Amino acid sequence: MTEHNVCDLPGIVARWNNDPANMVQILRDVQESCGTIPSDTLDQLAKLLGVPRVRIEATASFYHFFHAESHGAYEILFSDNIIDHMAGKEELKRYLCERLWLEPRKLSEDGLVYVDDTADIGLADQAPSMLVNGYAVPALDHSRLDLIAELIRNRKPLADWPPMLFEIPDNIRQAGPLTGEAFTPGAALLATIARGTDATLAELEAANLRGRGGAGFKTATKWASCRKAEGEAQEHAGPSQVLPGPLGGEPSVARFSGGAHYVVCNADEGEPGTFKDRVLLNSHADLVFEGMTVCARVIGAKQGLVYLRGEYRNLLEKLKSVLARRREKGLLGKSILGEQGFDFDIEIHLGAGAYICGEESALIESLEGKPGKPRNRPPFPDRCGYRNQPTVVNNVETFACAARIAERGSAVFTALGTPQSTGSKLISVSGDCQRPGIYEVPFGVTVRQILIECGAEDAHAVQVSGPSGTCISFREFDRIIAFEDLPTAGAFMVFSRERDMFEVARNFTHFFAHESCGFCTPCRVGTSLLRNTMDKLAAGKGSAYDMNEMKNIMHILLDMAHCGLGHTAANPVVQTMEKFPDAYEKRLMKLDFEPAFDLDGALSTARLITGRDDEWAHLAND
Amino acid sequence: MTEPKKLRVATCSLAGCFGCHMSLLDIDEKLFDLLKVVEFDRSPITDIKTCGPCDIGIVEGGVCNAENVHVLKEFRKNCKVLVAMGACAITGGIPALRNNVDLWDCFQEVYHYGIGLENGQIPNDPELPLPFDKVHPINEVVRIDYFLPGCPPSADAIWQFLTDLAAGREPKLDYEMLHYD
Repeated sequence: MTEHNVCDLPGIVARWNNDPANMVQILRDVQESCGTIPSDTLDQLAKLLGVPRVRIEATASFYHFFHAESHGAYEILFSDNIIDHMAGKEELKRYLCERLWLEPRKLSEDGLVYVDDTADIGLADQAPSMLVNGYAVPALDHSRLDLIAELIRNRKPLADWPPMLFEIPDNIRQAGPLTGEAFTPGAALLATIARGTDATLAELEAANLRGRGGAGFKTATKWASCRKAEGEAQEHAGPSQVLPGPLGGEPSVARFSGGAHYVVCNADEGEPGTFKDRVLLNSHADLVFEGMTVCARVIGAKQGLVYLRGEYRNLLEKLKSVLARRREKGLLGKSILGEQGFDFDIEIHLGAGAYICGEESALIESLEGKPGKPRNRPPFPDRCGYRNQPTVVNNVETFACAARIAERGSAVFTALGTPQSTGSKLISVSGDCQRPGIYEVPFGVTVRQILIECGAEDAHAVQVSGPSGTCISFREFDRIIAFEDLPTAGAFMVFSRERDMFEVARNFTHFFAHESCGFCTPCRVGTSLLRNTMDKLAAGKGSAYDMNEMKNIMHILLDMAHCGLGHTAANPVVQTMEKFPDAYEKRLMKLDFEPAFDLDGALSTARLITGRDDEWAHLAND
Repeated sequence: MTEPKKLRVATCSLAGCFGCHMSLLDIDEKLFDLLKVVEFDRSPITDIKTCGPCDIGIVEGGVCNAENVHVLKEFRKNCKVLVAMGACAITGGIPALRNNVDLWDCFQEVYHYGIGLENGQIPNDPELPLPFDKVHPINEVVRIDYFLPGCPPSADAIWQFLTDLAAGREPKLDYEMLHYD
């Protein structure tokens, strides 16, 4: 093996402070240095951390990026969003597999390489894309795959691969207050200190800043309620000192004792088709970290955490260096900007390939080292969040907005947008258009305007805010991007007349079935039933009965599922059914009923075993 | 005075344990009341082997072999209303636990390696129903009109369900009848 070394387990555990709450991070480091998480490692970890093995196993088995069996020296995961499919992902994957002499989902015979799919990796503007040992490679084509196949066959370590493979442009097509204007690190903090925390909250209130993750909850309300909530100061994270970073090299963060409130930045941008946080963190990280620090000042937090999705592993070192620079400048750490008692630092946690961790309470569970299963709410995190303490969880973009408002006042926001949705919104445009990328638009803009900007004259449908959002047809292009009409986390996937909207919805049902956390039955079973039924229709075996069943499943998901994933999982099917009925009708074989499986085919194994071929050993597929 | 026409009911047990039919018998003395409004066609109770035109068909158990499909299709063809009774009919239930075992391994274990077997052979008589590689819920093979959940559904639930249907009401079970712990 060229890539993986022997795992220094005690070292990893010590780096993460011997704290079982950092389990996901510990397992990530084990996976990254060994290439797998072998079974005996779990026993050793249980001993080192003093927790039962099953608890570790629960976490290790939950996340897509953790696996006990070897995936070789090179693990290749193709992004599997519909946008990647439209850009030829399936053909390219077959091509690479042929070049490497292997089958998908099977370790190559020489134990060198493994190829599989993964959910959207946040590069829809540069599709198709993939992860190699966790690092993103965008804009795949045959020549890039030829090069990659050669590098792998020559067993070149990833560190020696040409850097151009990993270059990811921001593709900002239209800039605005967040992306278009320079920001001096510290400016928002100085303004906050000068203005005072009450006045800063008042500015946020006046700006009517609402959460950019899509739900649109008022940020000032969240911060004020968290500030008011009482936490218990506790000694949890060991001695207050600077420790070496989890991957060696420069110190990562200072850990604090005490501090009852937390600031958490949700950078688990998992909604297929969304990639604006990738761009913000790549080029405007100071704005985001400063927003978190402003929040810390307002609510009185000592520690902040960024939950960065595992797919954005390539951003980690860069973000750490931004944090280090901010510490040097006195913008993080003890007595920020010389203010006595204003102590705050930020630590970055990486996710491990679980879409559900974008849900704030599942995210907190994951930060605490557990499987990412959503908590019962209420209580909401503002009262009972990370380590059961008052916690503000906001989207990356929300923190960036908060920093801008703290820096320049509410007018920068109220001048833009609609009364209910002020300011700008980063839209991640992908799919059938000439200029995919980031468009920072004022709220209130119509879908049609964005389509014109991005060069999508032929657009037939747009999936706004990803699979869990809204599918709109060409008849509705005058609807507006705003919380009062089309709320969005930012995804904007464009489909031309040639695209089959049934296949779009089918791709999304596979996504939800894969990403359901399995905690509640309606979602675990319902998403699988939806996927199976869509596959049945795709195989030309559909009937009106199946269409009806899918509507029933939608009602069950809506009424009974534990969290938003289940509530919205049927949206793509129901909405495309309603808006593009032709795409479904042409697939219906019978109006009444069709069996769910091939009756005669399901007897073939038994025919083989018994050697029978008589009349009774067959069933008519009528 | 002419008696009102009785509802004709057929029942069968496919890949099940007959527990649902036992629960049907648990209606006890109310069976006499039931018989005032229904009469049985094909059923383990009557031992009639083929199903004629019926108002209601009640199916216990999932689908595990070719014969199950023939029976199920006969029921669907003849019954105006078809009911999946119990967990196995609705989800595959206990018999579906074999879905995680390869059919080859099943046969080998039973006919070749079983304790006390000598020169074991895999039976190939056409009279034996040929098994599917997996056990399926019945709604994957024919259209089902009602699902009566439970393992088994309680006698009260079956009574309530049948009397509702017999009276021409949409069957409705109270929460207590669907609550199992």
